[in-house]
Amino acid sequence: MHEMAITESILSIVLAEAEKRDATRVKTVKIEVGELTNIVGDCVQFYFELMSKDTLASGAEVEIEEVPLQARCPSCGSVKKIENLDFLCECGGVMKIIAGKELAISAIEIE
Amino acid sequence: MEIKLQQNILAANDKIAVDLAKIFKDKGIYVINLMASPGAGKTSFILHTIEALKNKLSVAVIEGDIASKVDAEKVREHGVSTIQINTGGACHLDANMIRGALNFLNLDETDLIIIENVGNLVCPVEFDLGETVKVVILSVPEGDDKPLKYPRIFADSQVLIVNKMDLLDYTDFNVDGLKRTVNNLNPGINIFEISCKSADGIDNWISWLKDKTDKFLKLK
Ligand SMILES: Nc1nc2c(ncn2[C@@H]2O[C@H](COP(=O)(O)OP(=O)(O)OP(=O)(O)O)[C@@H](O)[C@H]2O)c(=O)[nH]1
Ligand SMILES: [Mg+2]
Ligand SMILES: [Zn+2]
Repeated sequence: MHEMAITESILSIVLAEAEKRDATRVKTVKIEVGELTNIVGDCVQFYFELMSKDTLASGAEVEIEEVPLQARCPSCGSVKKIENLDFLCECGGVMKIIAGKELAISAIEIE
Repeated sequence: MEIKLQQNILAANDKIAVDLAKIFKDKGIYVINLMASPGAGKTSFILHTIEALKNKLSVAVIEGDIASKVDAEKVREHGVSTIQINTGGACHLDANMIRGALNFLNLDETDLIIIENVGNLVCPVEFDLGETVKVVILSVPEGDDKPLKYPRIFADSQVLIVNKMDLLDYTDFNVDGLKRTVNNLNPGINIFEISCKSADGIDNWISWLKDKTDKFLKLK
């Protein structure tokens, strides 16, 4: 549900950047979405299409990169992808989250 | 031409939240962002907290609701300042809404603000409100698997309230299992088991909160 607010923010950041650079059109918007954010990529794409009508970003492709939940063990340093919230390390340590909370525009392509 | 941005999508909200956090700190106001599913017991929990503290602290409540104002009216009956924010369909409160609500409060005379966020386990946690603590309520009938489905809110909250403990015997809710999962996800989180119906366990929460707010008030 919060995809709508998120998409609004994305669009306003993208348009500000495009205008700053005197772009005539935004071709692509690349987004990083962490697994923990519970953002549904399809919704963002859908809202973006609606909201960007009659703007420089109309017709732009939204590419979503999903970043998996990953954690590192503070005792032995090993890193793994977390499944089923199992944060236990093979060495017995409890691992700390290092990725999966991302919500960022990584790049845009303009002409 | 490709332009690298690495721009946080919620930067605009975060910036307002940082301003709010500064206001709260300067004025010595302790702020609770209370999040949970619909019906988990947010309003009941707020009422217990008000009753326990209203003679000691000056409490205000901000009620976020998609449309109605029944919760705000319930809270107001308990004699504390209550501001209602109707989000007009939005599934969460954002920092800008809180900034607007503050115009209706006398901040110099407020010690504690409790914000009842919109009922759901997904959206509210993304939007910082400048709060001192995020508190999430999980009620027993919802099931102990909620952290597996909605980990973010359990990962980012400093307090977990397990409510409706009076219903435990009617379910297969595994309290120890829940605590294990949540502690792994978020080591150091404070967990309180309560019932808003029988009031069991509320005193533990209140003494924790009182301890925190006392420290804050000393800075005033
Ligand atoms: N048995 C039992 N019922 C409870 C408890 N706490 C709350 N309830 C009941 O659960 C229902 C919902 O409680 P509320 O406090 O309104 O919950 P809420 O989270 O504010 O609900 P919304 O604002 O509508 O999302 C009410 O009927 C309460 O009486 C509890 O500890 N045990
Ligand atoms: Mg309520
Ligand atoms: Zn290890």
